[in-house]
Amino acid sequence: MIREAQEHFDVLVIGGGPAGMAAAVRAAECSVRVGIVDDNAAPGGQIWRRGVEEDGLTPEATRWRQLLWNSSITRLCGRSVFDLPSPGVVWAEGPAGLCELHYRNLVLATGARERFLPFPGWTLPNVTGAGGLQALVKSGLRIHGRRVVVAGTGPLLLAVAAYLRKHGAEIPLVCEQASWASLAQFTAALIRHPGKIKEGLELKLELRGVPLVANTWPLAANGRHALESVDILRGGQRESIACDYLACGFHLVPNIELPMLLGCKIEEGLVQVDGMQQTSVDRVFCAGEPTGIGGLELSLIEGQIAGLAAAGDAAKARALFHQRRKARSFARILDRAFHLRSELRKLATAETIVCRCEDISYSRLQEQTSWRAAKLHTRCGMGPCQGRVCGTATQFLFNWNVDSFRPPIFPVRVESLSDMTARKVANTVRS
Amino acid sequence: MPSEVTLTVNGATVSVPSGATVAVAVAMAGQPCRKSATGEPRGVLCGMGICFECRVVINGRAHSRSCQVLCEPGMEVSTDD
Repeated sequence: MIREAQEHFDVLVIGGGPAGMAAAVRAAECSVRVGIVDDNAAPGGQIWRRGVEEDGLTPEATRWRQLLWNSSITRLCGRSVFDLPSPGVVWAEGPAGLCELHYRNLVLATGARERFLPFPGWTLPNVTGAGGLQALVKSGLRIHGRRVVVAGTGPLLLAVAAYLRKHGAEIPLVCEQASWASLAQFTAALIRHPGKIKEGLELKLELRGVPLVANTWPLAANGRHALESVDILRGGQRESIACDYLACGFHLVPNIELPMLLGCKIEEGLVQVDGMQQTSVDRVFCAGEPTGIGGLELSLIEGQIAGLAAAGDAAKARALFHQRRKARSFARILDRAFHLRSELRKLATAETIVCRCEDISYSRLQEQTSWRAAKLHTRCGMGPCQGRVCGTATQFLFNWNVDSFRPPIFPVRVESLSDMTARKVANTVRS
Repeated sequence: MPSEVTLTVNGATVSVPSGATVAVAVAMAGQPCRKSATGEPRGVLCGMGICFECRVVINGRAHSRSCQVLCEPGMEVSTDD
């Protein structure tokens, strides 16, 4: 087995999305050794996923990319961080083997994932996340001429619908579960965020002719081997729409597995940080979606503050505080507007699979009293996703507190684990 | 860099744009990625390496997340039969 050399950094950033890129770039300005490690093939995270398109990036994304490329930062892509075995040490697995990374200061910029909710047929091929389908198309899937129903909740739906349409998809409908009243309040609250209003208007323009309906959500996806149609509830009426894809996501949830593993203080699913983006754990900073879903602008500001603070330049970090205040108010607006309605708890029937890794049905989980009990008695959440999909769903469905996360936080090869364990034992014996 | 990459999915030849992920090649081959614990066909859900629904065998390495791996010329991909 090829084992990559150990590497030492003054500032190590985990996560290569906008927050992580900003953190790494600003930290490197302070002439310290900076590394950035990410699971994906290239930096950019989900929002700046480049894929097969030459011109797929915004000017802002291009600017940060260039800053990253023109810096002395060590980029470690295609590597999954699976354990933080002791303070100052990160273990990651990549295609070429394992790497052990050492840090003085750590910035966690682990981003967010889509929230998926179970409904009959949601496990059929071609029922994907909203961002999930966009990622596939960015990665080369041809969507031209295909019929795609976009559903769920959150501003991502419009962005995805516009993107898919631009690439030739037919969008018969965008279904938003929030009420018209919530959407109206959301729009009104954007008055303090003119940039967001401009973005919204541009999306509306790109989506002219595509109906966007509020108070509407999917009831069932139908098909034999793959999706053929989706049933929706629109204004209280059930109707069926033929389609090739259902792109469905219910807003975003932060990836907090690594902060949990380190023992960072977490409240209501969000990592708690101070003004410098420092968590409750010494020398561990957190930026972007894990501290609250606030989108690109907030992620870039938090990332910069965390990077500067981790590199020891508190004055430069402080200069960005006023920008962060404003961007954070947008996070609160998002949270209010796209709150999930209780009807969505009733979509799954007794037979509907909730845990997709282990094929555990809703009726089997209904009998359980907690996440822990469900894991022990049904194997729910014990598959390779480790509850990232079903844990998030059951939190909403049953109000379960998904509180247990153990390393390795991603599946790793047995040889990797045994190698790392052997090294840990050897180090203990030596010290 | 060539603009297309050719690989095989369950023995059938597939050409994808350079930079495409294995998940795209599997979709172009018209295949689901895997069979679930109870035998249901499954395909990509999250597209970002979280859900593990897209796992396939890539060059003999099982349980590879096809959405996170870029296609390479001559790559051999197989899904659950």
